[in-house]
Amino acid sequence: MSETILGVAGLSRFFRVGGFRSRGILHATDDVSFKVGAGEIVALVGESGSGKSTIARVLAGLYPPTAGSITFEGQSVGRHSSRRVRGRMPMVFQDPFGSINPVLRVGHSLERSLKLHRSELNAAARYEEAIALVERVGLTPGAEVLRRFPHELSGGQRQRLGFAQALASRPSLILADEPVSMLDVSIRIGLLNVMKDLRDREGVSLLYITHDLASARYVADRMIVLYAGRIVEEGLTEEVISSPQHPYTRLLMSTAPDPRLPLSDDASLTDLGEPPKVINPGPGCRFAPRCPLAMDQCRASTPTAVALSPTQRVACYAVTP
Amino acid sequence: MSSLLSVRDLRVDYETPAGPARAVSGVSFDLARGEFLAIVGESGCGKSTMLFAIAQLLTYPASQVGGTVTFEGVDLTTLRPEELRQHRWRDFSVVMQSAMNALNPTMSIGAQLADVCRAHTDWDAARITQRCAEVLAMVSIDPAHLKSYPFQLSGGMRQRAMIAMALLLEPKLVIMDEPTSALDVVAQRSLMRQVQALREQLGFSVLFVTHDMSVVSHFSDRLAVMYAGEVVEMGSTRAVFDDPQHPYSHGLMDAFPSLLGAPRVLTGIAGNPPSLVNPPGGCLFAARCAQVMDVCRSVHPELLEEDGRTVRCHLFHPVAS
Repeated sequence: MSETILGVAGLSRFFRVGGFRSRGILHATDDVSFKVGAGEIVALVGESGSGKSTIARVLAGLYPPTAGSITFEGQSVGRHSSRRVRGRMPMVFQDPFGSINPVLRVGHSLERSLKLHRSELNAAARYEEAIALVERVGLTPGAEVLRRFPHELSGGQRQRLGFAQALASRPSLILADEPVSMLDVSIRIGLLNVMKDLRDREGVSLLYITHDLASARYVADRMIVLYAGRIVEEGLTEEVISSPQHPYTRLLMSTAPDPRLPLSDDASLTDLGEPPKVINPGPGCRFAPRCPLAMDQCRASTPTAVALSPTQRVACYAVTP
Repeated sequence: MSSLLSVRDLRVDYETPAGPARAVSGVSFDLARGEFLAIVGESGCGKSTMLFAIAQLLTYPASQVGGTVTFEGVDLTTLRPEELRQHRWRDFSVVMQSAMNALNPTMSIGAQLADVCRAHTDWDAARITQRCAEVLAMVSIDPAHLKSYPFQLSGGMRQRAMIAMALLLEPKLVIMDEPTSALDVVAQRSLMRQVQALREQLGFSVLFVTHDMSVVSHFSDRLAVMYAGEVVEMGSTRAVFDDPQHPYSHGLMDAFPSLLGAPRVLTGIAGNPPSLVNPPGGCLFAARCAQVMDVCRSVHPELLEEDGRTVRCHLFHPVAS
């Protein structure tokens, strides 16, 4: 792996939930450690409630972490990230309809980002830069796009604009929280190509958060599979896809819809895909209640990650290296 | 198999300041008893509008401007609201796209189910409670949840509760408008499995709209591909998947990444759908089509049939039989 841009160590974020009789602690993210290298796309894969968005939000400084440390570009990021950190690590949100101010022209929002994060540019240079930004994400002609209002853009175009806005501050890492899940299937691929293009041409790293294993495979260099706030498996994308080791990764693989495959006799017959609840969790593997391979040991203590290769690691008692 | 639902030359317009937008233009198909027909297409292709027209639920600015919807020999378009009420829920029911919004957040699940029974039957309270518990059990929800409110259920459970509600009076046809789009892959697969099992058990027909054709690939009998308000291809699901004839179907098929085979670059379908207010002459897909010919820009292709497959494309030349 190339030079590390982001290092996350032992990151936890808990939330207090419930009222006065049923107070509990929700372990949204529990002791998560990973790294993102320069010019690398890392996919965080997991279902609702796996804590993947919580990680992105903690990284973006929207929530302070309960425990753990974040090192970004060699410096520790504290409870309150500075404007410099937010500019170098911007976020693209899931909902293209809720994340752009509807009453301002596209150009205004974009130039506002440039004004905040690139104060060395004068007005004319900002305009030129804004045009270059929207054209870089495939919105052409740039000058015309800048004059439009968000409602004049389709969902796919808005999401491209989200990436243009993230690029405005010359980031080294973009946090992309399910950027394509609200778009049509036929439009998703264009946006995934934009992400790959940013990595290849701008050298930007991306943390791609998704529940869709197939799209993660399409764009990501490495993959981290989360379940109930913990990392259960990580490795190079092709490594994980060609030999998934954790039973949860296998479940995700078998349920990914693919018309090219015959309908497998998969676990979805019995597994309803209920997201895990991690309020005041007890000891043991959190996947154990859903796991076909669960043993007594799994309910007693939490498995630690074991390395299967220099790059692939799995946290499961049923897997022996 | 006799035909349960027969749609002929259905046309729906939306009133816009620029003139009528032809959201659905001239759609015809038959649905047999117990058959599962999937309708796929991008946002704005008119697929949901068509479902609403079939269920006679269109409201201003949309209105049906032509065609017939015949359900068991009765033309629904000629019925008065009072007469339609006799058919709704008993004969056909609708599962709406977003269960989060379609359920009333201030009423318990049980109360909402009972509400349907009271509106459409003369059952007594005991029978209503029994039936509500029965349908919840059918979709693998513990009848204890009759007392739960929507916010206490997970996304997958809410969507299953919607399906339970649609099945209350054992309709012959269930119309589903993207019921899986807000769900994770595991829950999505599980929901599709459940619909399939219930269909085998109860024998109802399904009309299923989605933008993600990989979701229905293993479950639908027939597939109709819609583009800009028209059906461009229809045939048995397997045949359309294995050998798509229309360039647009081909594009949709190629738009989602796979977990199988070597990684490859996908391009999706470039461009946007045409304006429905002033549709171009000729084929509506011509501007985005990779195999466009001169004739495509001037002559609107007819829907031609061969071996149960219909295709609307100048490239399709059925062997005259």
